[in-house]
Amino acid sequence: MADPRELYQQVILEHNKKPRNFGKINGCTHQAEGHNPLCGDQLQLTLIVQEGIIEDIQFEGRGCAIDVSSASLMTTAVKGKTVKDTLNLIQGFRALVRGEWNPATHGDLGKLVVFQGVKDLPVRVKCAVLPWATLQSALDGSPIASTE
Amino acid sequence: MTYSVSRIRKDFPLLDRPFHEKPLYYLDSAVSGQMPTSVIERMRQYEMYEHTNVHRGVSTLSQEATDHFEMARTTVAQFLNASSAKEIIWTRGTTEAINLVAQTWGRQNIKQGDAICLTEMEHHANIVPWQMLAQSVGAHLNIIPVDDQGELRLDELSKVLSPQTKILALTHVSNVLGTINPIKKIITAAKQRIPSLTVLVDGAQAVAHLPVDVRDLGADFYTFSGHKLSGPTGIGILYGRKALLDAMPPWHGGGNMILSVTWDKTTYIEAPGKFEAGTPPIAAAIGLGEAIRYLSKLDLQDVHTHEQHLLRRASEGLKKIPGLRILGESADKVSVISFVVDGVHPHDLGTLLDHEGIVIRAGHHCAQPLMDRFQVPAATRASLAYYNNESDVDALIQATQKSVEMFHG
Repeated sequence: MADPRELYQQVILEHNKKPRNFGKINGCTHQAEGHNPLCGDQLQLTLIVQEGIIEDIQFEGRGCAIDVSSASLMTTAVKGKTVKDTLNLIQGFRALVRGEWNPATHGDLGKLVVFQGVKDLPVRVKCAVLPWATLQSALDGSPIASTE
Repeated sequence: MTYSVSRIRKDFPLLDRPFHEKPLYYLDSAVSGQMPTSVIERMRQYEMYEHTNVHRGVSTLSQEATDHFEMARTTVAQFLNASSAKEIIWTRGTTEAINLVAQTWGRQNIKQGDAICLTEMEHHANIVPWQMLAQSVGAHLNIIPVDDQGELRLDELSKVLSPQTKILALTHVSNVLGTINPIKKIITAAKQRIPSLTVLVDGAQAVAHLPVDVRDLGADFYTFSGHKLSGPTGIGILYGRKALLDAMPPWHGGGNMILSVTWDKTTYIEAPGKFEAGTPPIAAAIGLGEAIRYLSKLDLQDVHTHEQHLLRRASEGLKKIPGLRILGESADKVSVISFVVDGVHPHDLGTLLDHEGIVIRAGHHCAQPLMDRFQVPAATRASLAYYNNESDVDALIQATQKSVEMFHG
């Protein structure tokens, strides 16, 4: 089994300590709530999407370092992106944490590759995926996402 | 003979297995107690040489199985000091036992406008069945609060109980805080105020640590699960005072619980059979009886001294870690330590400890209202049993220290 310490790299610890885009957008165009009932993690996403582009995105909530840093890095990755590219990125991220990521099909994930180690911790995949599943719900127009 | 933990550990093969290529430190007995080989062997013997069904007529094999099964019931009755084995009902566990009471005694006795009294430190198993009943009949829940030390606010008891209160359902020992509630004192005070009050005690976390005498406590119902007591999963106990059980309607209907069945009417046998429809988990019941026999060979006072020593060692060691806070510091607690660390989520800590071979629980411990009370989403919990030793405790302290340092960097 891989040492989980390799997953808890500086970038994850740092985003956990100082999450980016933490807060709530008043007058958002899209929003969703994500729940991980098994561990009690939860987060709320608010977005402003205009003409197919994510102009702004913020998150609030509580969770473990993997969940919080995943949400933080996700918001920095998708801000300014088109909805279409974002949906592709969601697929790419899901593939990454399941150990199925292939740069040829899923494209470059940039900094998000720090989450690659999650594939060796099956019980923690849900934590990393929660923000992404919630983003998918927000873009699909369904208000609640659950990883169970 | 003096208490020899190294000798006891030989009865538990799991404690000796490698885990992620390291030793395994099992600090999760509040989740499930390990079974000694004698229990596993007893169940194996039943399945290999004695397996059939119970209460099935004339075959000698069935009679033997019935005798072993009923002998186990008697062992449980003696363990709890019940008046009779007829007061002992097999269930799948504590959860099913509480649901049984809520759905039979509860539906019969709790009406619209009545109150059900619980405490803030209950496990979901002693909350949700009552909440479901309350919603269905229009009753309400009253809650005895917990103080910062993790003890029940008994000064609130007279405010929380009202003439409408029909039942007080409370835990003997908190699965999160470790607090041992003064059950006898509480029952005496509560019944003094409301003589008709019925009291159910959730003993899931108590039976592995404390002697239990249901008659001395004055409990009307007492429940526990076999697997918290070094027995198998899938078996649990509902103790009920005979007069209460006799007055209660059955819950599940089916074979094994009837006197006669016609298209017009079914009549039921007496308790405990009335509450045991269908084929029971026979090997598990016999295994639980064996677990009680195993534990009865240990001196409970020695076990207590040993566990309290480990509890102190763990608490003192953990408290030295910066930012670490223990939830539940009652002077009267079992060897269960829940804690939170500033800036370190219990699930991250759980993953790191797991890699060091340390088995603990991280999460809300099926006690979300209690987590809310302490304003934490989750906690890390180490729970120590009679087979744990100082190495287990020291490994926990060191690995926690190392993990926290990584986060605080």
